[in-house]
Amino acid sequence: MPLRAKVASSVSRTAAALSRAAGRGDGSVIGGWIGLKIDPDLLAHLSAGRAIALVSGTNGKTTTTRLAAAAVGVLGRVATNSFGANMPTGHTSALAKAGSTPYAVLEVDEHYLAQVLEATEPHVVALLNLSRDQLDRAKEVAMMAQLWRSALVNHPDVRVVANADDPMVVWAATPPGDPARGIRPPHVTWFSAGQRWHDDSWVCPECGHTIQRSGEQWWCSGCPLRRPQPQWAVEDDGVLDPTGAWHKVSLQLPGKVNVGNAATALAVAAEFGVRPVDAVSRLGSVTSVAGRYAQVDRDGRNIRLLLAKNPASWLEAFEMADVAPTLLSINARDPDGLDTSWLFDVDFAPLRGRQVLITGDRAYDLAVRLDVNGVPFQHVRTFAEVVRAVPPGRLEVIANYTAFQDIRAELDRVN
Amino acid sequence: MSTESLRIVWIYPDLLSTYGDRGNMLILARRAQQRGMPVEVLEVRSDQRLPATADIYLVGGGEDGPQALGAQRLRADGGLHRAAAQGSVVFGVCAGYQLLGTSFFAKGVQCTGLELLDLSSDRGPSRAVGELAGDIDPRLGVPALTGFENHGGRTHLGPGVSPLARVTAGVGNDGATEGAWRGKLLGTYSHGPALARNPALADLLLRWATGAHQLPPLDDTWADRLRAERRAAVTAARA
Repeated sequence: MPLRAKVASSVSRTAAALSRAAGRGDGSVIGGWIGLKIDPDLLAHLSAGRAIALVSGTNGKTTTTRLAAAAVGVLGRVATNSFGANMPTGHTSALAKAGSTPYAVLEVDEHYLAQVLEATEPHVVALLNLSRDQLDRAKEVAMMAQLWRSALVNHPDVRVVANADDPMVVWAATPPGDPARGIRPPHVTWFSAGQRWHDDSWVCPECGHTIQRSGEQWWCSGCPLRRPQPQWAVEDDGVLDPTGAWHKVSLQLPGKVNVGNAATALAVAAEFGVRPVDAVSRLGSVTSVAGRYAQVDRDGRNIRLLLAKNPASWLEAFEMADVAPTLLSINARDPDGLDTSWLFDVDFAPLRGRQVLITGDRAYDLAVRLDVNGVPFQHVRTFAEVVRAVPPGRLEVIANYTAFQDIRAELDRVN
Repeated sequence: MSTESLRIVWIYPDLLSTYGDRGNMLILARRAQQRGMPVEVLEVRSDQRLPATADIYLVGGGEDGPQALGAQRLRADGGLHRAAAQGSVVFGVCAGYQLLGTSFFAKGVQCTGLELLDLSSDRGPSRAVGELAGDIDPRLGVPALTGFENHGGRTHLGPGVSPLARVTAGVGNDGATEGAWRGKLLGTYSHGPALARNPALADLLLRWATGAHQLPPLDDTWADRLRAERRAAVTAARA
């Protein structure tokens, strides 16, 4: 590593440690920011010599990154940005902090995938899904798919692991080659992790015709785009690998969604030569991820935290949650997006029959939504009020980003 | 009403549904059902024919490509023109509002609208994103508009329409007026589930559709609290 990069890396580690000691978050953003100021190519320098996997998508990337890091761990030490700091500053900080490791698995914000592909030259990139998320500032889904597709054209050697169930991902993962420039399309391994949310992929990104669906199959009515045959798939509570062998997956994380994330993680690890039979037991060691799925006991209530940031992830949270009293919390601060319109894209009907409490900066938006949805609820303002309102036992908490962080802080910053 | 039940059509959810646009359909259906009216809701995709005999047609928001495609298919279909001519209610939101006019811009190209409202839209100097508020045309008898806008367009009203509201916060059409209406056609830049924050506007559409001069009041406690909170937030942001 050049001297400038060494200095930058060391300063970055120190800044992150100071930030943590000062109680200002986990330090992964500030550390990376300072490091990149000293050496703008620091991320590339820190990436050199490591075999890297990138994980990107609208939902599930933090959890899948954590699972994939556990699976790749079969081979040796793995650097990873496990705090969900998923922009280049976070990657820089994670690699600097980890020191020299043969492997790295990095979660990447979907807007930054092209830039991080360029800087890290990964061996594998996993593409999970694309759906609407914070539309008052994020790019529309089709535009994001186009950005991914263009980025992959420039990296024909990267091995792509992609979700066969999401038409936007399939299109993004299969850019045409350019024979004139000697560029062939990248190699893709397909997994099937399901897609609960279809409302951003009715229109074919290739030709504009309607996407048709039947069961798990989908196809475009106007061009050859259709669901590829997946090599990895979820079956019952396990994962089918490309040889047809079935591996039981015992996770501490809830829901079928996470079995899908486990399938993706095993597919990513397989690109490094990890056999699923060797990795599958390690997935059970993952308990919570940056507070997601964390369980806290307080006054006889077992409180479990679920993060849901956009319509697709709310549907997944309802699937993961037990039929138990449920607290919903909604904010609309900058990191959440200022617009709460998406609440009407979520069908809250699965909560009928459960005791529902609501809170957060934008509880009234949620109240109007639940009223229209025919879901009875009670509005609360403090966590103490919540605990008083529900019987002892499981309490599910589903919250969007800053609301989730508020509740984590309330529960002493659980991980 | 055209039939035994109130028929609500949501036009092209596959193209024109970006920001919880489904909400307007759900809210109208709910408020009608709470008054004991039987309701039929139809989601009509862009590869299907539009029924010409519904009572309320909803046209939602969308990005440039889907907006242009939606306008093209609606022109070719002709169903919305027939329905509007027969006195059906049409409610357009954001991109759906623009395409009710004579022309709009999508991906830098001027597109022909449905020419149902005397207005045209072009690109503004900047994107309008944030809270939108305004005092609604007193002839409509509806309290102040509150909503969230997110659009790059500016809309110029012709003499054949009236502004829906005078802007008190945000941009709307041009920073002075917001939305437009004529007869039983109404459009607004208050995007997505615009009726969630404006239950009186929902009831106006229901009154237009049913011919009722008055509807039994509903419990709007939560919507009223939401309106008060948003009004306070707009005031605080200005201070």
